[in-house]
Amino acid sequence: MSLIELKNLTLGYDKDIILKHINMSIDENDFICIVGPNGSGKSTLVKGILGLIKPIKGKVIYNGLKQNFIGYMPQETKVDSSFPASVYEIVLSGTLNSNEYKLFYTKKQKEEADKNLKILGIENLKNKCFCDLSGGQRQKVLLARSLCATSKLLILDEPSNNLDSKSKADLYKTINDLNKNYGITIIMITHDLDHDNLIGNKILSLRENDIFFGSVDEFVRRIHND
Amino acid sequence: MINDILEMFSYTFMTRAFIVGLLISLCASLIGVSLVLRRNSMIGDGLSHVGFGAFAIASIIGIAPLEFAIPIVIVVSFLILRLNDSSKIHGDSMIALISASSLAIGTFAISVTGVNTDINNYLFGSILSISDKDVIISVVLSIVVILLYLLSYNKIFAITFDENFAKSIGINTNFYNIIFASLCSIVVVLGMRLMGSLLISSLILFPTLSSMQIFKKFKSVVISSVVISIISFIIGLLISYFNATPTGATIVIVNLVVFIIFKLISIIVLKRK
Repeated sequence: MSLIELKNLTLGYDKDIILKHINMSIDENDFICIVGPNGSGKSTLVKGILGLIKPIKGKVIYNGLKQNFIGYMPQETKVDSSFPASVYEIVLSGTLNSNEYKLFYTKKQKEEADKNLKILGIENLKNKCFCDLSGGQRQKVLLARSLCATSKLLILDEPSNNLDSKSKADLYKTINDLNKNYGITIIMITHDLDHDNLIGNKILSLRENDIFFGSVDEFVRRIHND
Repeated sequence: MINDILEMFSYTFMTRAFIVGLLISLCASLIGVSLVLRRNSMIGDGLSHVGFGAFAIASIIGIAPLEFAIPIVIVVSFLILRLNDSSKIHGDSMIALISASSLAIGTFAISVTGVNTDINNYLFGSILSISDKDVIISVVLSIVVILLYLLSYNKIFAITFDENFAKSIGINTNFYNIIFASLCSIVVVLGMRLMGSLLISSLILFPTLSSMQIFKKFKSVVISSVVISIISFIIGLLISYFNATPTGATIVIVNLVVFIIFKLISIIVLKRK
């Protein structure tokens, strides 16, 4: 079943059009990797889906999913190395989409945060300061936060940036696990097009005047034909 | 000692200064945490200079300074937010520009019209200048600041930590930024009577910076900042009363001493670099 449909979507900032006439459907349980050179509009597309920028033309249709219940992991959260915030405070803030003006987090929100810390295997970091964590641990904390915001769809903007290869492999394994075992649909922007370990079942490739959307197999065949 | 302190409160101007100062210290430390962490410290400083200009103009045209200055400063704070988002002039330079211009306009206006006002009072504060009406305005506005802060505490954390994510889960970040800029303006203008426009920003920054030397959770930093701010204010006020030193400057020096102590604890006891 389709979760999100993009209909003739045109996106950009002010008068600069970055992406034109995008039509695609994101189905439940999909794991879509978005690839393409810098400036090809990968982040713009994701922001359009999240409603952070308004479409110039066309529309995004959400089926059984509210826009603010998508778990988003922005590219490189610029956090000061001295920012005082515990892992628990950060993960809990992901549940704020279901909270109106309440002074304290509800029991349900706390359980949600605990559950997601456990899924990602970082319960032991709960009371640590974000500033004392390694790059890989930080990404898992931010992943846990976005997981708190959704039960259906995660959108990850280059989650493995600046990670060493071991943390990278570990993070990809976790994301794959969320898709396969927890039934979470994933859209991930990535630079890692290492053909041996392509993850995901579909690829969206953005190049100027050449937009491809299809299965991983089709994509590989296409590259070989080029 | 107790008797001396009781005697101090027999002066109405000291009681007024105590009430206003306590509330301002509390509010300033709350606002300070987000300002420092979002690297917007200079906004507090800029707004206090705008406040100076507004006070000077208010005294010349003969309107009540607080009622005139608060809306002016709120409007300028929106402008700074706007310009930060869209302008080609870098945020810091923009604030420096607004600061200097307001100081110049204020000083110019005072000298041209020859109003007999002591510029010192505006620049460095004066506890004698706090009127009964100021006390009422301060109490009401401080309660508003504290309530709004408590009600939106979790969202303030989310926005301070990661504005993009906050936006994606449906938090109206523009609305909160506007609320926050207004709260900041109110605190700066109210605090200027006591601390002066040159010193008020230190009341916003010091407690947070001291707390960050030791605490590593957002909530601990907020609570510690409030405690530090209130204690430093009380100690500063007492010292200035008994030694006839300028109140604003004394409070800032107490805050500086607290900062140095916390820094030393973090280096020597907690072994942080």
